Amino acid sequence: MIDVSKLTIESAHDHLMKGDFTAVELTQTYLDIIAQKDSEINAYREVFADALEQAQKADERIKLNKIEKTNNLTLLTGIPFAMKDNILIEGRIAGASSKILENYKASYDATVTRKLKDAGAVFIGRTNMDEFAMGGSTENSAYGVTRNPVDPTRVSGGSSGGSVAAVAMDGALVALGTDTGGSVRQPSSFCGVVGLKPTYGAVSRYGLIAMGSSLDQAGPIAKTVVDTEIIFNAIKGKDRYDSTSMDSPLEKNVKKEKLTIGVPRHFMQKGIDADVLANFEETLKKLEEAGHTIVDVSLPNIDYSLAVYYILMPAEVSSNMARFDGMKYGAHADGKNLLEDYLLTRGQFFGKEVRRRIILGTYVLSTGYYDAYYGKARMTQDLLRQDFAEAFKTVDAIVTPTSPTPAFKVGEKTSDPLSMYLADIFTVTANLVGVPAISVPCGFVPRGEKELPLGFQIMASHFREDIVFQLGKAVEGVR
Amino acid sequence: MITIEDIQKLSELSRIKIAPEEQESLRSEIESILGYVDQIKKATQVSVVVDLSKKTIAGELRNVLRDDGESHVPSEFTEKILSSAPVRDGNYLKVKKIM
Repeated sequence: MIDVSKLTIESAHDHLMKGDFTAVELTQTYLDIIAQKDSEINAYREVFADALEQAQKADERIKLNKIEKTNNLTLLTGIPFAMKDNILIEGRIAGASSKILENYKASYDATVTRKLKDAGAVFIGRTNMDEFAMGGSTENSAYGVTRNPVDPTRVSGGSSGGSVAAVAMDGALVALGTDTGGSVRQPSSFCGVVGLKPTYGAVSRYGLIAMGSSLDQAGPIAKTVVDTEIIFNAIKGKDRYDSTSMDSPLEKNVKKEKLTIGVPRHFMQKGIDADVLANFEETLKKLEEAGHTIVDVSLPNIDYSLAVYYILMPAEVSSNMARFDGMKYGAHADGKNLLEDYLLTRGQFFGKEVRRRIILGTYVLSTGYYDAYYGKARMTQDLLRQDFAEAFKTVDAIVTPTSPTPAFKVGEKTSDPLSMYLADIFTVTANLVGVPAISVPCGFVPRGEKELPLGFQIMASHFREDIVFQLGKAVEGVR
Repeated sequence: MITIEDIQKLSELSRIKIAPEEQESLRSEIESILGYVDQIKKATQVSVVVDLSKKTIAGELRNVLRDDGESHVPSEFTEKILSSAPVRDGNYLKVKKIM
């Protein structure tokens, strides 16, 4: 049995090249771990029956390359991936953990899927999530919560909880998730792994099941910053099927050895766990000792970011969810007439949180309230963007804790949606502004008999993923 | 203030049947969320909003459209897509009559 606990993409690639193990053996190792652990964790919605066949193909590619020097290998050839249940893979079910898409088979590949397939990645399975990515704990999945591998009485976070837990429990080497308001970063923080939300537009959204289209991005989840960087470089780039995608418009980025790091301390006065804050300050101190400069930065409108998010996002949800009508694809409930078909299909097969957000979105977009909510939220979003543009004139990065608390208990927040929303306080801003953001493990806090992981969030200017990775590696270095 | 009637109206507009016993809890949840997001009304009292209109540069954000023309061979994807339909009649989606 291969020890996968310390494996990275690069070390796995080396082993595959040297022939220490094959992609089939590597995939089998992960399948064994899933068989052993996933009945408790529930990270996977489905483990693909042909995972070993895919690995076999990767092995053939590696073998052929040795003989014929075809040079068609990448670092990802033979690397086992977990894929979130809202990323389309042709011919396979993509259910978004919703009853309305329970048996929906994707009719095409998402661009990120296509790119990973071309690179030779192995898809082990699709992972559990909050229904349509709406939630921060996977408790909104129609198929049960994904538990935190560090402490199974706690949530894995969400909405990409399944992808993150799969990596954290060694049920896949790496994973893809999606992030609309923190859905890659927050679970990564809860489970002690690295998660990246790229710059809006850096990665194609073609073939992701949409939630908030102006906010959604697919992002990698891995154990190291380098691994997220490798995956990001493999999936990024302009795509003719997503008109909001683009190549980086920046000239070659000049690397500064020592960075100026901005901290919006005025935004961390309340609602944040004392241990989280202490750990955050300690990480800052270590970064300062490593030669980076820490300064206070003012983001005058950041206090409004969560309110802006919980207006814009449901507004986009209410329009994106309109496509689920029980007629084109997905589940269908039969009523007396056409109107009843709609009402019953959507009433029966959408979960509670999805219904709640559609209703909320319909309200903020309705005549008489549009200006007061949606209009003002859009204006405030522009103010936020200005705040960040202003701040990035003087600092290279802006940092916060990823989440105000460590992972919470299963069931702790389910009765009060607003308290669940407040957990997104530090992550939503990067989506609203469109900047890249990463969560990197930065230590632990004791809770009961467990040590719960915490995450350090790093944001940089648009298309400056290089800074996010550089500082992320620095955090790994001082932790 | 959100009333039960508001919830009923919204559920009708969004084509979602909501059971009577769920309407009250939904009402109070929506009300508490709106109570929270209401704070943005303060944000826009800031005078900087006036400056915002001047700062908006025309053409900064624009739609990206593909060139006109055939994007794919006609009917290339028809079967793939229609095979997902709950009810179909040949190459049509079958739905209940509207009139």
